[in-house]
Amino acid sequence: MFITKKKIAMRIACFLGLVLTALSCSEDITGVEEQKPTPVSLAIPSNFPQPVYDLSVNSLTEEGIALGKMLFYDPILSRNNTISCGFCHQQATAFTHHGHDVSHGIDDKLGRRNSLPIQNLIWYRNFFWDGGVHNLDLVPLNAISNPVEMDEDTQNLMTKLKAQQRYQHQFKLAFGSEEINSTRFLQALSQFLATMVSGNSPYDKYVRGEGFQFNSTQLEGHALFKQHCASCHSSDLFTDQSFRNNGFSTPDDLLKDPGREVITLNPDDRGKFKVPSLRNIEYTAPYMHNGKLASLEDVLDFYSSGVNVSSTLDPILNDNGQPGISLTHDEGKKIIAFLMTLSDQQFLSDRRFSEY
Amino acid sequence: MSCDDDDSPPQGEGQLTLEFDNHVGEEDLELNQDYTNTNGEIFRLSKLNYYVSNIRLTTNDGKEFIVPQDSSYFLVMENEEESQEVTIKYIPAGDYNQITFTIGVDSLRSTMDITKRHGVLDPAQGHDGMYWTWNSGYIFFKMEGTSPAAPLDQDHKFYYHIGGYGGYESPSVNNIRETTIDMGNAVAQVRPNKAPEVHLHVDVLEFFKNPTTITIAEHSLVMFGDYSKTVSGNYVNMFEFDHVHN
Repeated sequence: MFITKKKIAMRIACFLGLVLTALSCSEDITGVEEQKPTPVSLAIPSNFPQPVYDLSVNSLTEEGIALGKMLFYDPILSRNNTISCGFCHQQATAFTHHGHDVSHGIDDKLGRRNSLPIQNLIWYRNFFWDGGVHNLDLVPLNAISNPVEMDEDTQNLMTKLKAQQRYQHQFKLAFGSEEINSTRFLQALSQFLATMVSGNSPYDKYVRGEGFQFNSTQLEGHALFKQHCASCHSSDLFTDQSFRNNGFSTPDDLLKDPGREVITLNPDDRGKFKVPSLRNIEYTAPYMHNGKLASLEDVLDFYSSGVNVSSTLDPILNDNGQPGISLTHDEGKKIIAFLMTLSDQQFLSDRRFSEY
Repeated sequence: MSCDDDDSPPQGEGQLTLEFDNHVGEEDLELNQDYTNTNGEIFRLSKLNYYVSNIRLTTNDGKEFIVPQDSSYFLVMENEEESQEVTIKYIPAGDYNQITFTIGVDSLRSTMDITKRHGVLDPAQGHDGMYWTWNSGYIFFKMEGTSPAAPLDQDHKFYYHIGGYGGYESPSVNNIRETTIDMGNAVAQVRPNKAPEVHLHVDVLEFFKNPTTITIAEHSLVMFGDYSKTVSGNYVNMFEFDHVHN
């Protein structure tokens, strides 16, 4: 008798069926069926560009995000178990270090830069004020190893995590086995950070036509913003992610912190820092890379009359030999009124990101 | 059709071991022991680590074997003897007399996502590791020690931490260096039943003189900066063929 193609196909299907049945019935020694992590799909605001971070390499799961959150708020990440990520990145101030000009780390040591907000990180091509880190997965390593921030040795940190049952448990839930390694550790943190999307401010609702209308001051402020600020603070991320010298550094400041030049070793980059996003700026005072300006009024005063001229000053800020941005006090107030519409209350109080 | 058995190329695959034997001139390097460099400076090393990657082997009749990228990254450490022997497997049988490799880590691998960078390439190496966390990138070559020529305010310590793959978005220092070891008339006979060992001498004296004179007195602390290019330009010349066991 001939075995037809159809019969072969049926036999293969039967065999596969058996294999699949066997797989789906696999049980571990405790008799509990293996749980797969639960996939999470991230909602991308419709007015945002495509994310930079490749979520297909590190797929979000409920368990992975939960592990990332545990790690984010655990001071075990620091040498003496005193400083967590959340210590310098507090939710109520859009995950910045409230009340600190420069970040305040382990043993009360001070850094030289103002802690940046944690929001919309999957849209960034590089990280930190000087852009020295080029992948979200590598961001935590910088803070962990920095001697004035967490000052912990990552290998020692892995040992500390492995000793805790709750981490053995959570790593297993997130990654399918109890193995704790640096790749999983960093991926879990990235998963949590990836979920921290701020895209529901009144401004977002305005541009998406979701019922929020600007009042006349906000409208005028928006127009002024587009005219004077949006060439750098561009797109709905409110940054073009470039590095620029905005003339804030005095010659003395440049000696202490040359900014992007530290990474490129190019003297043309002296005094350049990443253009920061302006989202939630109402809550992220103090301002500038060294946190020297206490209020948004101070920031606008600086742009209208305080810009330091140097060879690397951004040409946009040195039009016709007139440094800075020409603004009246009234115009400045309108711009600030517009900036207030970038505050995302839902993000600032979202329980998914909260420590407690 | 040529059927001369004696001329037919060797068949099958075999393995080859590269031994990186750190030296100071003719002497075998010992950590924490005094030596004198060619500038007359007394020095002792506490650490000597470097990455060797992207290895290629060439036979004496010009056939090249490129070690598959995923298994072509090694970290050689003076204080870990096992790390000094690099074994390459599944090499087509042949008589090899040239070995080319990178000292450091190529830019492509340096910027791959972390799932492709395990083992010696794990960026989470900790304080004593071969990775800069503030300026994402591997430290290709790390040599540390003490010398009376190094400044007192550094406790007479010197540090050479050399890296830089050329920059991610903006160009920066590129210290990726490649060297080719020519074995001359000697060959490593790779056969299914033969595993040759090629011994390389890695001479610390060359670091201080070839081709640029580097004094500890003037350059006791070289990390991420322009002068690192001079340092990598010298250390690439530390690698020399010594002998082969077939």
